[in-house]
Amino acid sequence: MLDKKQMTHLKQLEAESIHILREVAAEFSNPVMMYSVGKDSSVMLHLAMKAFAPGKPPFPMLHVDTLWKFREMIEFRDQRAKELGFDLVVHSNPKGVEMNISPFEHGSKVHTDVMKTEALKQALNAGGYDAVIGGARRDEEKSRAKERIFSFRDRHHRWDPKNQRPELWNIYNTRINKGESVRVFPISNWTELDVWQYIYLEGIPIPSLYFAKEREVVEYEGTKIMVDDERMPEALRKTAKKEMVRFRTLGCYPLTGAINSTASTLPEIIKEMLLSTSSEREGRLIDKDQEGAMEMKKIEGYF
Amino acid sequence: MSVESKIATDIESYLKEHENKDMLRFLTCGSVDDGKSTLIGRLLYDSKMIFEDQLAAAESESKKYGTTGEKIDMALLVDGLQSEREQGITIDVAYRFFATDRRKYIIADTPGHEQYTRNMVTGASTADVAIILIDARKGILTQTRRHSFIVNLLGIEHVIVAINKMDLVNFSEDTFNEIKSTYTALADELGIKHTYYIPLSALDGDNVVDKSEKTPWYDGKPLLELLDTIDIQHSTFNIQHSLRFPVQYVNRPNLDFRGFCGTIAAGSVKVGDEITILPSGKTTRVKSIINAGDITEKNREGTTEEACAPMAVTLTTEDEVDISRGDMIVHTKALPRVSNSLKVMLVWMDETPMEPGTVYDIKRATTVVNGQFERINYKVDVNTYERQTVYKLGLNDIASCKMVLTQPIAADAYKENRLTGSFIVIDRITNNTVGAGMIVGVSRREEDVQKRTTREYTDAERALNQYIRDNFPEWECKKC
Repeated sequence: MLDKKQMTHLKQLEAESIHILREVAAEFSNPVMMYSVGKDSSVMLHLAMKAFAPGKPPFPMLHVDTLWKFREMIEFRDQRAKELGFDLVVHSNPKGVEMNISPFEHGSKVHTDVMKTEALKQALNAGGYDAVIGGARRDEEKSRAKERIFSFRDRHHRWDPKNQRPELWNIYNTRINKGESVRVFPISNWTELDVWQYIYLEGIPIPSLYFAKEREVVEYEGTKIMVDDERMPEALRKTAKKEMVRFRTLGCYPLTGAINSTASTLPEIIKEMLLSTSSEREGRLIDKDQEGAMEMKKIEGYF
Repeated sequence: MSVESKIATDIESYLKEHENKDMLRFLTCGSVDDGKSTLIGRLLYDSKMIFEDQLAAAESESKKYGTTGEKIDMALLVDGLQSEREQGITIDVAYRFFATDRRKYIIADTPGHEQYTRNMVTGASTADVAIILIDARKGILTQTRRHSFIVNLLGIEHVIVAINKMDLVNFSEDTFNEIKSTYTALADELGIKHTYYIPLSALDGDNVVDKSEKTPWYDGKPLLELLDTIDIQHSTFNIQHSLRFPVQYVNRPNLDFRGFCGTIAAGSVKVGDEITILPSGKTTRVKSIINAGDITEKNREGTTEEACAPMAVTLTTEDEVDISRGDMIVHTKALPRVSNSLKVMLVWMDETPMEPGTVYDIKRATTVVNGQFERINYKVDVNTYERQTVYKLGLNDIASCKMVLTQPIAADAYKENRLTGSFIVIDRITNNTVGAGMIVGVSRREEDVQKRTTREYTDAERALNQYIRDNFPEWECKKC
């Protein structure tokens, strides 16, 4: 006889996420899944591969390439697409490319606005997607704690935090008019620890940037960043030192802080995380701009 | 050995233990004045879910908006949106997370004021346990009655009555007992199954994680230990119940495979079981079961012999029967009662009132059908529990209604099955979720008959009826 006790918290979270992914596939005509190559995206991809087995996910993966991602992320992305055989859509903002937008020259705000927020809007408009699946979690940031799993966006991709649809039980309202869309967050209820534990248990491949290694880093705006290519200003590159570091989140290399660490296996990473005293987002320069920054970015159309 | 030293010395065995954690979802009911956010902040802080940078942010914000003087305002750790922080109130439902060695917790943090009843209903819909906060100085208030009613309405069987701010009444045992006995009467009136009482001070952490020395007369557990050990019968996923499998998605990756995906809402299913598809009534047998959770990158076709709620699975059938999204698969030997006329409890969540006769889309599990609320039996005053006669429902109104659908569905009572006994109401023009409902049972035929016989028709209505019966026999119109 089967027993409910066999369903551990991770198995319950997994089942909930799969339910959400299938609901999207069943109710929307043109869904897409955001694929950022990070650990949360890896989990999402893994869940999507499970949900539709023995078939493949009936939607493509969309990567908004800011052209400043770690080189390894791009290699990893293309390799996974080949191994698993999913459809991959890559978009970069052509205007930004033309203007040669650089986080070093234009700063994090302009870079993020043009190459991330604007690029995302372009990709979504071009694809005409009615549902966009993302890997955001409610434990990441305070404004996310209040966001729905199926989060309505108007035709300008804007989120209205004060006017969200009530969301009860596991029944999701998927109704939209033409031009509107829904952002869907299947791992809303997972914590950072859940994500790591699941990666460990299921043996999900993730980029090696998460593991500690000797890497060339420089001090930049109060954080350590990695020397990933020649585009880093030479004056800065000259200050590079080799250090044992790893990354807790992955994004644009000039905007992603490295931490000193010797954790080179998953259990060691989890151990470090459990004993650490700063939250995951601290490594992201983007949130520091102002208090309530993420809430503002979401209202503007950022994830 | 402390948790930290265990993590530091033997992470692998720590992980092994934590793979087998259970999950518990609970709801906190109360207002800022009762110290709700402070209590949540305290739980997160003491279970190490608050990091130093977040604490530093709260510290700087405490100076700006804080209400606790020199101490860090725990409430600022949890109050999310900027507008709310400025106003110092919790408007929307926020979800928080923490874990102990035994359980992972999801807290639905909901506002307590009457104008946010719909938010509380939303938070309660997924909770197994409710914590009702009472200010020891004030005792049971109107809001306590309202919160208790909603908690019970949404089928939460375990209620923890947290009598907070005990520090302000000198940890008086008499005060505690007085509130306890008053609440016991209230719980009996409502029929709440399990109640637990704890004297607390969220501000100072008394009886939150550790037993307080200031309440030697209290022989129960501190809050966190109670949460860790409370025995949940998992009302949300009832595996003792008969099988309910709402078909969510038809998976046809190639010509050789046709599987029916969904989350088992109740009961369990085995290969070979004889099943009936509702509403068509066609029968077949289960040929194979794929548990999505068991699928790996290397083995994408793994099957299992048996699966139960709340697993996300894919079933294939022996025969090629027509099955689509919105159908319900049940065991042929345990068919549910099917009806299109249901007695429901409805919570109205929209500014535009609900008027009987308006057609809405009703989404129950994966089924979407047209329906209307033909009659409001009565509205309940959530503070006094009085029944009132009304002709329409406004925002936050809770009422017993007769719901009539254009297609019959399995009529599972919410009390027995939360996932197939619940539904949302969608406005067909604005697309908003305007209501949420719980099935009480099949609407009694006698009531309908009585209604029909008591109606007086005018001559014009009788003539119209005659005309329809004469000219449109295919409508099968009855004589009035």
